[in-house]
Amino acid sequence: MLAALVVGGLLKPVMALAAWNKEAFAAKSPGDALNSLGASSTEPSKGIVIDAPQIAENGAVVPIEISSSIPNTTAIAVVIEKNPFPLAARFDFKDGALPFVKLNAKMGETSDVRVVATAGGKHYVATREIKVTIGGCGG
Amino acid sequence: MRATLAGGNTDVRVLMTHPMETAQQTKGAPYFIQNITVKVNGKPVIEGEISQAISRNPVFSFRLKGGAKGDKIEVSWLDNKGETNKTETAVA
Amino acid sequence: MMRAITCGAVLALAAAPALAQSQFEKYQRMTAEGSPVELFELVGEDLWKKPQGPNNVSLEKCDLGKGPGVLRGAYAALPRYFKDADRVMDLETRLLHCMTTVQGRSPEEATKRLFGNADKPSEMEYLSAYVAAQSQGMKLAPGSTHPKEKESYELGKALFFHRAGAWDFSCASCHGEEDKRIRMSELPVLSTPKAARPVMATWPAYRVSNSQFKTMQWRINDCYRQMRMPEPVFGSEATVAMNMYLTTTAKGETYRGPGTKR
Repeated sequence: MLAALVVGGLLKPVMALAAWNKEAFAAKSPGDALNSLGASSTEPSKGIVIDAPQIAENGAVVPIEISSSIPNTTAIAVVIEKNPFPLAARFDFKDGALPFVKLNAKMGETSDVRVVATAGGKHYVATREIKVTIGGCGG
Repeated sequence: MRATLAGGNTDVRVLMTHPMETAQQTKGAPYFIQNITVKVNGKPVIEGEISQAISRNPVFSFRLKGGAKGDKIEVSWLDNKGETNKTETAVA
Repeated sequence: MMRAITCGAVLALAAAPALAQSQFEKYQRMTAEGSPVELFELVGEDLWKKPQGPNNVSLEKCDLGKGPGVLRGAYAALPRYFKDADRVMDLETRLLHCMTTVQGRSPEEATKRLFGNADKPSEMEYLSAYVAAQSQGMKLAPGSTHPKEKESYELGKALFFHRAGAWDFSCASCHGEEDKRIRMSELPVLSTPKAARPVMATWPAYRVSNSQFKTMQWRINDCYRQMRMPEPVFGSEATVAMNMYLTTTAKGETYRGPGTKR
């Protein structure tokens, strides 16, 4: 494995143009976030699997693994309903990538985690509750 | 970063060092990675937009279709202060 | 955003302890699988190889007990007696010894910042991660034959049960009885092999709750703080003895750290 390289100057002009949906990430309700993503209408689907512990001992790091078996899934968005800014992340999957991601998210409190998958121009949704508690004082 | 062949696909696990500080933590000056790009042999296959809701020192797992030993995987990222970084590895 | 005590969640879990336990295990497993701990090992490797101090040499000639520069299995064989220092040392004590003797650094400089924070981990933390990782898969086998090693074990054991300080606490006050917990974290009975083994097999560790890498010297120091006792000196006979007692109690367990913890 090669060490991470800081490529500040070289990549900056190109990457500074990278799109980041400011409006969606600033939305304070799940509905507003999804509207900003153009996903106001969603259909529940069992094809979206959210694998996460039911209880997170610490809200600073909540591991969530997501995969979609819906054919032609091109995007996945992760919405943590009770967070101050519910939209946590979104990913576009191009040819060559599977609609799968595992990430560590911050959760302010027990909340539903809503995952929206986009496939063939339609939006699908699955939800899972994760309880957040605080562990003890020790190791 | 590790990229390994598994079940006909390539599992990629990438670790990033970044404080990922929220607006609340910094009293209004959040500092976090916004964009992530995953490339296979130079071709972008995943574009991610992430936020202050991702944990400090992010660790992501992705899965790429197929793949062969020696494929070059590159993950680059850009934060909200315009700082960039990247890491690359060959599929093992 | 981090004010997360959810009383409802705690009460609900109290009614279903088996479910709670299995979900905690899932949380621990999933966070360990996606942990930044490897980053610490990598930086630790760079620091191990970096020439420093008046002698401008790296730590690569440091003898951690298996010979100069031999890392494989060194952590799993600590604490142990070192003839050149004529005392029992644990990893951090020995690293400090090498910083001063091999690299020629002053004790003041080398101990200036032993415990770091999320923004800036300490050199000792990075080095501990790297060296500990080189013992993965090896069985914990601290020194046990030299008289000073036996003495260290007995001292650690005595300290474990010794009540002192403003609250008249000993380690056993929290870690001496089965089925105790603080909020949702179980308190292992560290005087028993059954409980000590999984603990000692996974320290030092990255703590996700504060994004910090924590070492055994820190852990012992912080327990003393929580017991309202005076701060122990880094690498002192007492702290090494405590480490010796705990590691010996866990002996035979396959080391699988550095760990990832809440």
